[in-house]
Amino acid sequence: MTSFFIYKAILVVVVFGIMLMAAMYSTYLERKVAAFIQDRVGPNRAGPFGILQPLADGIKMFMKEEIIPEVANKTLFIVGPCIAMLTAIMAGVVIPWGGELVINGVPYVLQIIDFDFGLLYVFGVVSLGVYGIMIGGWASNNKFSLFGAIRASAQMISYEIAMGLSIIALIMMTGTLSLREIVEFQAGGTGSTWNFWNVVYQPLGFLLFLVCAFAECNRTPFDLPESETELVGGYHTEYSSMKLGFYLFAEYINMFISSAVISTLYFGGTNFPFMNDLGLSQNAITILGTLAFFIKIGFFVFFYMWIRWTLPRFRYDQLMYLGWRVLIPLAIANVAITGLVMILTDRI
Amino acid sequence: MKSLTGRAKVLDNPKMTFKERIYLPAIIGGITITLRHLFKRKATIRYPEEKRTFSPVWRGMHVLKRDDNGAERCTACGLCAVACPAEAITMTAAERKPGEEKLYREEKYAATYEINMLRCIFCGLCEEACPKEAIFLTDRLVSTDYARDGFIYGKDKLVEPVDKRVDVSKRQTPNVLEFKKIKHYRHNR
Repeated sequence: MTSFFIYKAILVVVVFGIMLMAAMYSTYLERKVAAFIQDRVGPNRAGPFGILQPLADGIKMFMKEEIIPEVANKTLFIVGPCIAMLTAIMAGVVIPWGGELVINGVPYVLQIIDFDFGLLYVFGVVSLGVYGIMIGGWASNNKFSLFGAIRASAQMISYEIAMGLSIIALIMMTGTLSLREIVEFQAGGTGSTWNFWNVVYQPLGFLLFLVCAFAECNRTPFDLPESETELVGGYHTEYSSMKLGFYLFAEYINMFISSAVISTLYFGGTNFPFMNDLGLSQNAITILGTLAFFIKIGFFVFFYMWIRWTLPRFRYDQLMYLGWRVLIPLAIANVAITGLVMILTDRI
Repeated sequence: MKSLTGRAKVLDNPKMTFKERIYLPAIIGGITITLRHLFKRKATIRYPEEKRTFSPVWRGMHVLKRDDNGAERCTACGLCAVACPAEAITMTAAERKPGEEKLYREEKYAATYEINMLRCIFCGLCEEACPKEAIFLTDRLVSTDYARDGFIYGKDKLVEPVDKRVDVSKRQTPNVLEFKKIKHYRHNR
């Protein structure tokens, strides 16, 4: 029993560390990608290629003066970033980071908890994230913050519907809400165990999910909550020091988590092509699978940034139009088409 | 109706095609453009290590030249100060004492010579006006400073050191040399 707790504790610490590191280096990657797309070189002074830049940024964040506005609600002002960070990190619990690792004959699964309702848990936790933004914006007692917060909540609630509907088609196909089972459903290989990734069966669903994920993470072209050009900084206008850092960190962790969810649901998670045909041992497959998973996550994180430095922001009415009158009908149509195909091919 | 200027355009605002309305082809076009920029050569010049090459006729910080024997060429005639459109140059003249022939080329010299680098517009008229080929603009940069006083450059910064001559051969283009030979102009006599 103690070994079980030790193994879970190690896993929790490692996953926590990985998420923080990923968020840290996402800021570096973001600046590098932005620079490269704009034909610049980006941060390159702190360490070779500027890889110590996140550390320098972090130290700067900690050293900054902490300002809580006189008229702000002090409790909520502090609670806001904490909730944002907490909900961002909580979603990492159910992500299947890898398969089974067998050490001394004891199998260790590289996933903290495998809930039967894992997908619902992710959705629940991610939608709680809107409270962090809403509370922060409200507590600041600043009209720009409030505008940002209201926009954020309206946007997240609108896009959650389309996101949920786009997932329903996938759940119909796989028949499970457990993320591990969805990954196993896509297990690669040839012969009897050949399965394509879900994106092949659900291209429209994937596209809808991707667009909604962008909106949920408040990333460009849906970054209305913090649109710098019109709302100063949106919901974090009044924030300074590490509380601002928490919000920014939460955004990057959310990006990382949603990349992980997209990879899990549509791109096979820890599966990679021909994984069962190369004659590898179980542990080698697990390690390579985890590596493949992180490559997929890395690609999607890069994709988020790539899109950010390509597309301009939507106007607010366009955002709502896209959410309610394009994505939701398309998602419903996707559910109907999936159901129809399943009936016709006798896959129920 | 014909417009007055003939440049008016009839506004053509057709309905968007299906391809335009689904927006995705446009996005794919956009991300391919940014992807191409990702691998493009970067325009940045990493400054302290790399320096931009100047044009041969670049007009930067001034130098007060010495002649081949190391004596200062400037005679404090004041033509540069007169020519200066920004009124950046001031000087006081002094008479050469016996025994100072090594230091100053002619009987009169500039005891102080100051250029206010904040006023200077680097037009090069001082250089053109100088009858003694004493002042030249070089390809060196005027460095930054925190105080305005630091921008008033005296002789300590302007006169070239004897052992570290400043190369101004680029500034003495054939045209300049030709111009300086024309005795018709008074300052060339």
